[in-house]
Amino acid sequence: MQPQVIAHSLAYLTLAAGMTIYVSVAGIVLGMGLGFAVCLARVSGNPVLTRAGAFYVSFFRGVPVLVQLLFIYYFLAEFGIDVPAMAAAIGGLGLASGAFQAEILRGALNAVPRGQAEAATAVGFSRIDIWRRILLPQALRISVPPLINEFTLLLKASSLVSVVGIAELTRVSMNIASSTYRPLEAYAGAGLFYLAINLCLAGLGILAERRLSAGSAR
Amino acid sequence: MSFEVLWRYAPSLLSGFAVTILCWLGGSALGLAVGFAIALLYRLPFAPLRWLLRVYIEILRGTPFLVQLFLLYSGGPFIGLRLEATTAGVLGLGLYSSAYFAEAFRAGFSAVPRGQIEAATSIGMNSFDILWRIALPTMLVATLPAIVNLLIVLSKETVILSIITVPELMYQMQTMAAETFTAFNAIFAMAIFYWLLVETVSRLGYRLERRVTAYLSPEARAS
Repeated sequence: MQPQVIAHSLAYLTLAAGMTIYVSVAGIVLGMGLGFAVCLARVSGNPVLTRAGAFYVSFFRGVPVLVQLLFIYYFLAEFGIDVPAMAAAIGGLGLASGAFQAEILRGALNAVPRGQAEAATAVGFSRIDIWRRILLPQALRISVPPLINEFTLLLKASSLVSVVGIAELTRVSMNIASSTYRPLEAYAGAGLFYLAINLCLAGLGILAERRLSAGSAR
Repeated sequence: MSFEVLWRYAPSLLSGFAVTILCWLGGSALGLAVGFAIALLYRLPFAPLRWLLRVYIEILRGTPFLVQLFLLYSGGPFIGLRLEATTAGVLGLGLYSSAYFAEAFRAGFSAVPRGQIEAATSIGMNSFDILWRIALPTMLVATLPAIVNLLIVLSKETVILSIITVPELMYQMQTMAAETFTAFNAIFAMAIFYWLLVETVSRLGYRLERRVTAYLSPEARAS
């Protein structure tokens, strides 16, 4: 072991960690938008929308993220759509994450007792108010732990975008490994960075959970 | 899209599929065994051991599988661990999943009602019998959904082994694409193929799950 290899390339690794965080956060945000839309489609009651949502979830959960990334990056080029590497990376992560987030949200919505929405209808809440004041606040609170779990998985899946040529942590540690001939140290360094980011995410999750459950008497 | 190329490469694709299945089964079996051992060790009343196991679990869960594979495959030789790609792949898959399996089993053990253990103790069962006859059956049923879910996730995770040149399906597809300039066919076929594979596995998994947990359903309880 030569830990100084990690120390020497620390600046390089930190920069790469920034790229990893950027790609992951963009993927999470895109996934959130898509997940919310797909979840709404699945609970809308419209048979076409429900089917379409179910198909989206089944496809993007069933196909490995690596295949999805290659699909977007190489397959679409076949039709003359040249997707930049960064867009392919964020798109691939976001599309996959959207399927998982949609299911988490749907599960959380189902966990809100049916009687509450009925009671709100009975006292004259409009549909939008029921969503805004009854369903969403509770669903969000329930879904925080599984969402954080999904985010840590996405952060780790972001190591795959190295295959479309994004210089994130894994790609950079590969470069360090091949230029210093010390793969053990290079990958251990990258692993430490991932671990640190994930621990921060877990901490944020605990904070969010405490914040969101502040209003509930439990 | 020409099926002729896929047909011509069918033998190598089939062998790739076999390697994918073997890596998946081997990695899962190793992960289940190690994970189960960890969950058992975790029950011992010895705090330093528990801290060690926690560190093991957090490191394996907190770092990407790809990085762990690189560490094992290209970092291994530097500490005298020279592995073939497929061996490294199965070993890596097993170690990675062992952390997740251990957590699933641990959660399962805590789902065993305390009263059952106490009742077993009070009628004079020894601790091995309590584990074997009381805690284990309840724990296994409680963890089955989580285990099935993890197995499905692992079947997708095998794709990553292609990056360290394990000759599984993804690797064979990419070889085909490179040799025949048919990236279009290859990636399209891969997406469809893995989708069908994962759908089949998850359907089978849910069926198994429903079968084993049938006695927990409201209808069964009422009768």
